[in-house]
Amino acid sequence: MSNYMKMRVRNLNLFYGDFQALMDINMNIMENKVTALIGPSGCGKSTYLRTLNRMNDLIDHVKINGQILLDGIDIYSDQCDLIDLRKSVGMVFQKPNPFPKTIYENIVYGPKIHGIKEKSRLDEIVEKSLRGAAIWDEVKDRLDKPALGLSGGQQQRICIARCLAVEPDVILMDEPTSALDPISTLKVENLMDELKKDYTIVVVTHNMQQAGRVSDYTSFFLNGEIIETDLTENIFSNPNDKRTEDYITGRFG
Amino acid sequence: MKKYEKIIEAFLLICATVATLSVFLITFFIFKEGLPILKEYGIIHFVFGKTWSPTNGSYGAFPMIMGSISVTLGALIIGVPMGISCAVFLAEIAPKSIVKIFKPAIELLAGIPSVVYGFFGLAILVPLIRMHILPIIQKFNGEAYTSGYSILAGAMILAVMILPTIVNISENAIRSVPIEYKQGSLALGATQFETIIKVILPAAKSGIITSVVLGMGRAVGETMAVILVTGNMPKVPGSVLDSVSTLTGTIAMEMGYATPTHQKALFATGVILFVFIMLLNVSATWTMKRLGGE
Repeated sequence: MSNYMKMRVRNLNLFYGDFQALMDINMNIMENKVTALIGPSGCGKSTYLRTLNRMNDLIDHVKINGQILLDGIDIYSDQCDLIDLRKSVGMVFQKPNPFPKTIYENIVYGPKIHGIKEKSRLDEIVEKSLRGAAIWDEVKDRLDKPALGLSGGQQQRICIARCLAVEPDVILMDEPTSALDPISTLKVENLMDELKKDYTIVVVTHNMQQAGRVSDYTSFFLNGEIIETDLTENIFSNPNDKRTEDYITGRFG
Repeated sequence: MKKYEKIIEAFLLICATVATLSVFLITFFIFKEGLPILKEYGIIHFVFGKTWSPTNGSYGAFPMIMGSISVTLGALIIGVPMGISCAVFLAEIAPKSIVKIFKPAIELLAGIPSVVYGFFGLAILVPLIRMHILPIIQKFNGEAYTSGYSILAGAMILAVMILPTIVNISENAIRSVPIEYKQGSLALGATQFETIIKVILPAAKSGIITSVVLGMGRAVGETMAVILVTGNMPKVPGSVLDSVSTLTGTIAMEMGYATPTHQKALFATGVILFVFIMLLNVSATWTMKRLGGE
């Protein structure tokens, strides 16, 4: 396993108008590891996740300063093309959001806009991505059916496959299982374990056990600050900060 | 107390009945007046007859049917792309400050009386076509001629008149596309434009199609503005510069002085118009259901 820092976040501040939502965030995101972001609702962890592929650009009145380096390049600088950034940093959302198209069209959407046209190549990508998201066997006979006809858990794995289809390096997951039943949740968690062999994963979760099960590193957020970041086992067994301990043991949150 | 409520209930029922009954009465009346002559004269003869000359007893409505179709199609060709683009701009691109000005302005278009549109067309568009557009066309085709009263003038006026319908309904449809689709697309590295074309418009298509069909209904039914700018010649048009009369225009223009048989023929024209509009509405409902169910 590498110890390469895929992304480095330095002194990141984010403001919604006058309100400061993130305060002086510093973090190293390690390649081929799962990093979990935990913390109570409204603590800024989702906002933070969205800065990593600049999804906050969509919101008016957001101001950001500080640095986020992806392979050494500041993603908020002119050196970084937004389209390329989103290609290399994919995202899976809280609510499964497949497009109202067929399963096949959902998967090829990304590759197509990035210029891949040959049918044989697209077919390959579809199979590879769906296998990668552990849903190929369930849908291989109905690729031409609407993706919205699948169950919530299947839809979420279609979204993961859709994300894999553009071959990102990093996958951001924003509470990917919070809308899913326990069995689907388990499937997605197992999938994350598989995916980290090839990808770097950052996952926001409300579920402490989930963070414990899937992640290598955990960061605890509170009121827009990172209280501490450490190996997941340390955070859960032996947190440095009293507030982390209180949160993990369920005293607030 | 109970009696009081009964009275209100009865009153509400009467109001609802009057509205519903009107539709049936009008339908019944049009068909009662129009059907006999269709039977007597022959439907095929009436619908495909090329001469409309009430004084000589020939009632061929084909020129007017073509007139209505050509003016409506023209209006759609101009108005639909413009309306949908406008809706996309308002829903997806324009900053709030611009929406605040543009949207009420477009809604205001719906409130302008059609005779004013017609008058505007008569005073501005018709001379414009005669004096500025015709010379351009004559460069390519020396034989082209127009008085300015034409399908083109009608189509341009109608295109503006159907804009509020198309823009409002399409904009609502686009706005109601879940933001998750948009985010999903952007997160895959699509540009805003790709997202609009490939995700948002397809997801809003049932609403957009409905807006087009409703706009079409408005264009087919419009009378006053069209009378003033199309020239009212009951002749099958050969080009967009030709004068035409429409189904509605003919009824409005001729009803005042019509002899009894002529009057019946105009009602028959009304029957055709009615069937036309009904087909439009049914197809609108049908597409909505079919696309909505996907």
